[in-house]
Amino acid sequence: MIEGLPALYIFMLSAFTGYEVISRVPVILHTPLMSGSNFVHGIVLVGAMIVMGSAEGALELTIGFIAVAMAAGNAVGGYVATVRMLEMFQTKPRVSAKDAGGASS
Amino acid sequence: MSASFINFGINAVYFITAAVFIIGLKQMSSPVTAHRGIVWAGIAMVVASLATFGAPQISLEVSSINLQLMIVAIVAGSTVAYISAKRVAMTDMPQMIAMYNGMGGGAAAAIAAVELVKLSSGAESHGLTIQILAVLGAVIGAVSFSGSAVAFAKLQGIMKKTLRLPLHQVINIGLFVAVCVFGYFVATGEPVVFEHVMIFFALAIVLGVMVTLPIGGADMPVVISLFNALTGLAVAFEGFVLNNAAMIIAGTVVGSSGTLLTQLMAKAMNRPISNVLFSSFGSDGGAAAEEEIEGSMKEIQANDAAIMMAYGQKVIIVPGYGMAVAQAQHKLKEMGDLLEARGIDVKYAIHPVAGRMPGHMNVLLAEAGVDYDNILDLEEINPEFPTADVALVIGANDVVNPVARTNPDSPIYGMPILDADHAHNVIVIKRGKGAGFSGIENHLFYADNAQMLYGDGKKAVAELIAGIKQL
Repeated sequence: MIEGLPALYIFMLSAFTGYEVISRVPVILHTPLMSGSNFVHGIVLVGAMIVMGSAEGALELTIGFIAVAMAAGNAVGGYVATVRMLEMFQTKPRVSAKDAGGASS
Repeated sequence: MSASFINFGINAVYFITAAVFIIGLKQMSSPVTAHRGIVWAGIAMVVASLATFGAPQISLEVSSINLQLMIVAIVAGSTVAYISAKRVAMTDMPQMIAMYNGMGGGAAAAIAAVELVKLSSGAESHGLTIQILAVLGAVIGAVSFSGSAVAFAKLQGIMKKTLRLPLHQVINIGLFVAVCVFGYFVATGEPVVFEHVMIFFALAIVLGVMVTLPIGGADMPVVISLFNALTGLAVAFEGFVLNNAAMIIAGTVVGSSGTLLTQLMAKAMNRPISNVLFSSFGSDGGAAAEEEIEGSMKEIQANDAAIMMAYGQKVIIVPGYGMAVAQAQHKLKEMGDLLEARGIDVKYAIHPVAGRMPGHMNVLLAEAGVDYDNILDLEEINPEFPTADVALVIGANDVVNPVARTNPDSPIYGMPILDADHAHNVIVIKRGKGAGFSGIENHLFYADNAQMLYGDGKKAVAELIAGIKQL
């Protein structure tokens, strides 16, 4: 069971991690990254499955069904969209990808 | 014994999933490793989902209606999302991200709904803290769900106007208070009243719609990013409710990184997030505070514009949302290649909020095959404008409007802009004479060194290409 202070610690450390991870992303990758993080919260699928598994009665089952379908859509859609965007960056000839810092030359 | 072993195994998978997600996001921060990052994260997601079938809450009996329906739901949701994500044009990506994000928020809210309905039918409560977290996640998820749906409808063009009711903010505050009241009833209810739960969710969904309705299209990138962060937070809260470490960590990471991204975007537009949410662009003051404009718009023919560029030494191209709508990025790349073959220095200047998302223009130019060393952002390119012979503005408007520097009354005053007006000549490709998305007149178009090339972006660039080829 995660609760009380340890739960707060997890929350705080994860928050800092997210902040640090994204702070070094070049503007060029912002849209793919937003799409990528959109995919990551598709992990809600796991929770939706657990809730639907223990659903009882028509109402709970219906809401659970909606939860699972939407969560699956979030995960799959987020993944495909991100990959499609990133593939565009990949197919390019990497002539001078290293010296992007001196791009003003 | 074996049950606790399985439990341990599933939790281990969740732990690794959370770690891989963070590594994947980290890898997405560099163009070289980005693709690897998302593939890793994808694998982790599949493994985590499969492992969840082993959870004690899920019956693996083939006759279980829950299991059967669950598989139907997964297949249905995945198929719809897969096909739509594969088919959508790159220019329409922002609204698709909004939609998938809304689905995530909706899923988080639905998880809370099931938990709360269970409580209302007499299930044992896991304590006040858990109930509060479930309610918080429910509000945030529901607002993100309906708000994203409105954002999608607006960007897709289903909903054209920004709707603003009389006393809109008062109604919103009232709604918010009502959500808080019913949220309090639900969170502290012993037992939870079923009707309260239903009213609570209905109010939260309406709140999301009402908050997003008055926001103009120009502010949508910030809003989508904000909803993305909110969904992350909602997922994290429901993760606490379900005691699921993967949801807590992944959700919180997305919540904080999304908040940072939202701040970066709002800063680029010089509009505090509160302004984006609580005052609509150009609806008040924008037109009224308009000062007299000196000069007039001068039209230029494509051939003359082509000559101007072909005999220059440096051309800076400023693309905006209009380029995306006209799908002109491939033609633009073709023109850039022609100019480069003549020894001309061609650069692309990207404003942080050009288009409908940060980096929207970068994605489109990358799709067309433009080398990303030639794509520069605001700080890098602005010192170069005075040395440029031609600044070619295609489908951009507010991001090159000099009133942002000069007129303190303008709603966009203080927003960092691309100094296209500092180039020797400015050619503006524009569909018609009207004002931009925000409804603010652009003084650049009236400047002495600016000339207008009217027409659809793609066709205009094709004419420019033909003109350059003739030389």
